[in-house]
Amino acid sequence: MADALRVEGVAKRFGALTALQDVNLHVGRGEVLGLLGDNGAGKSTLIKVICGFHRPDAGRILVDGIEVVLRSVDHARSLGIDTVYQDLALVNELSVYHNMFLNREHRIGPLLNNRLMRRLAEEHLREMGVDIPDVTVEAAKLSGGQRQAIAVARSVYSAARILLLDEPLAAMGAKEATIILDLVADLKARGDVAIVIIAHNYAQALQVCDRVAILQQGRITFDRPTAETSVAELTDLMVADYRGRRRAAPG
Amino acid sequence: MSVVVDKPRGPALARRAWTGFIRRREASVLVVAIALVVYFQASTPLFLTTDNLRNIAQATAPTAIVAVGIVFLLVSGEIDISVGMVAALAPYLMHYAIDFYGVPAVPAIVLALLIAAGIGLVNGLITTRLKVPSFVTTLGMFYLLYGILLTTSRAYPVAVPASAKGDVQTWLGAGDWASLSWCLLLVVFFHLVLTRTRWGLHTISVGGNILGATEAGIRVNRVKVGNFMLVSTLGAFAGLMEAFRINSIDPNIGGGTRITFTAIAAAVIGGTALAGGSGTVIGALLGMFVLAVLQNGFNLVGVSANPFFLIQGLAILVSMIANQYLSRLRRAGGS
Repeated sequence: MADALRVEGVAKRFGALTALQDVNLHVGRGEVLGLLGDNGAGKSTLIKVICGFHRPDAGRILVDGIEVVLRSVDHARSLGIDTVYQDLALVNELSVYHNMFLNREHRIGPLLNNRLMRRLAEEHLREMGVDIPDVTVEAAKLSGGQRQAIAVARSVYSAARILLLDEPLAAMGAKEATIILDLVADLKARGDVAIVIIAHNYAQALQVCDRVAILQQGRITFDRPTAETSVAELTDLMVADYRGRRRAAPG
Repeated sequence: MSVVVDKPRGPALARRAWTGFIRRREASVLVVAIALVVYFQASTPLFLTTDNLRNIAQATAPTAIVAVGIVFLLVSGEIDISVGMVAALAPYLMHYAIDFYGVPAVPAIVLALLIAAGIGLVNGLITTRLKVPSFVTTLGMFYLLYGILLTTSRAYPVAVPASAKGDVQTWLGAGDWASLSWCLLLVVFFHLVLTRTRWGLHTISVGGNILGATEAGIRVNRVKVGNFMLVSTLGAFAGLMEAFRINSIDPNIGGGTRITFTAIAAAVIGGTALAGGSGTVIGALLGMFVLAVLQNGFNLVGVSANPFFLIQGLAILVSMIANQYLSRLRRAGGS
C-alpha cells in the first residue's frame, strides 16, 4: 500500500539561503513520524511546504501515491493535509464548540445551529477521549493541553488524513503533554491518520512515534524506527552536529 | 433504591444567578443605567415622563445606530473615526440627487446609503490591502469627506427636499418614536447577527485571533471590509434620520467628531474591547443610554452642561476598569 505522504527530493531556497535540500521522507496511515532538529534546521519550512504554504523549488510530494502540486493551504486541506500550530489555532473569545466548527458551522438558514454543534462537539471529543467538562466555556479558560487537544480534534473531525503537529508539546507541563500524547496514541490506534510531529523532547517523541527523522541544515540525516534508537543516540547526533558546525564556523 | 438528586437551594441558586449575571458583558453597564434612572427620578419627577423619555430616545437613537456598526468594527479589531462625517454627508447626497438630478426620494436615499457603503469599502481596502492602520485611514477619510462636504455645500444648511417630506420623513425620523423604533429594530437585528450568525462568529474570530482565523480558512480581509461598509452605511442612515427629525440638512449634523466619539464611548462603556474579539450590541445600546441619561438628567436637575464631558470621560475610565475586573471574575469563576 502506498504511503499516505511521501516527500521526494524537496528543496527550498529563500534568496541565498538554502532552507531545504534533497529532503526525502514518508509516513503511512496509522504511523507517527517524529521530526527532530535544532532551531533553524528547516523543520518549520518543511511543514510549510507540506501544508501548501510554500511551493518547493525542486522535488515532489505524493499523497496516497499520487503526485500533487499544492497551490495553497486550503488546497492542501482539501486533500486531507491539516496542520495544528502550537497553541495558536483557537480563538479565546469563542466557546469550545464554536472553535471546533469554526468556518465549518452548521446552520439553520442564516442562523447558527448551536444545539447541533454543541452535541456533535461533545460526542466527537468524547470519542477521541478528550476530557472537556463543558463545551460551552470560552477557550480562554482551558489549559494549554486542552487547547491543543481541541485543535487536534478539530483537524481530525474535518477529515484530516495527514496531520502535521508543529511542536504540540512545547511549553507544556508533563500532565498537559500527556493529554496530547494520549490523543496521538489513540489516533495511531485508529489506523486511518498519518501523523508528523515536530518535537524537541526526544523522550516524548520516542514514547509516541514509530519512527524518528532528524533534519540538520536542511537535510534529513537520520531516519530510523524508534525501536532501533535511543534518547542517548539522538542526543549524541544533535550534539555532534552542533560541534561540527562550531568547528566549521569562521574564526 | 431511588436516587435523590439535590436541587440547588436558596444560597446556591442565588450564587448561580450572580455568576450567570457577571458572566454577561453588559452586566456592569446595566447596573449603572438602572442606578442613574433611579437617582434622576428621585431627584426630579420630570425624568420618567413621556416627553422626557422621547427626548432621551431621540438623542440616543442616531448615535446608538452608529455605535452598532462601531461594535462590529471594534470586535473585528479595527476602528472608524470617519463615520460621523459620513453621517453629515449622506443627507447632502440625498439632497443633491433629488434637487440637482431629479431622482425620486426613496432611490435618492438608497443612493446615499450605497455611496456610504462605497466609502466604507474604500476605508476597508486601504486598511486591509495597503496595510494602513485603520485609525490613520479613517482620519484621512474624515478630513477628505469634511472637505467634500464643505466645498459642495458651501457650509450652508438646506431644507429637506419637498419630495422627501410627508410619509418618508415621518417614517425615517420625524415621527415621535421613529428614531427609537429604527434603533431598537437595528439593535435586535445586529445583536442576532453578531451572536447567532456565521458573520458574527467570524467577526469575533478575526478580532480575537487573526492568525487562528486565517488558519481556519476565514477570509479575514473580507470580514474586515464588510464591517467597514456596515459602519459607514449605518452612519449614513443615522445622518439621514437626524436630518429628517430636525427637518434640516446641516453640515454640522453629528458635530464633526462628536457622533463618532460618543458612539465609540457607548461601545466601550457597553463592554466592547478596543483590542478586538469581544463586544456586544446590547451593551453599546445600554452605554449610549447611560450617556444620554447623564446629559438629560444633568439638564433636568439644573447642573451646567459644562461638566458633562468630565463625567463622560470618567464614565469611560470607570467602565473600562470595571470591565477588566469583571473579565477577570468571569475567567476565574466561569468554568
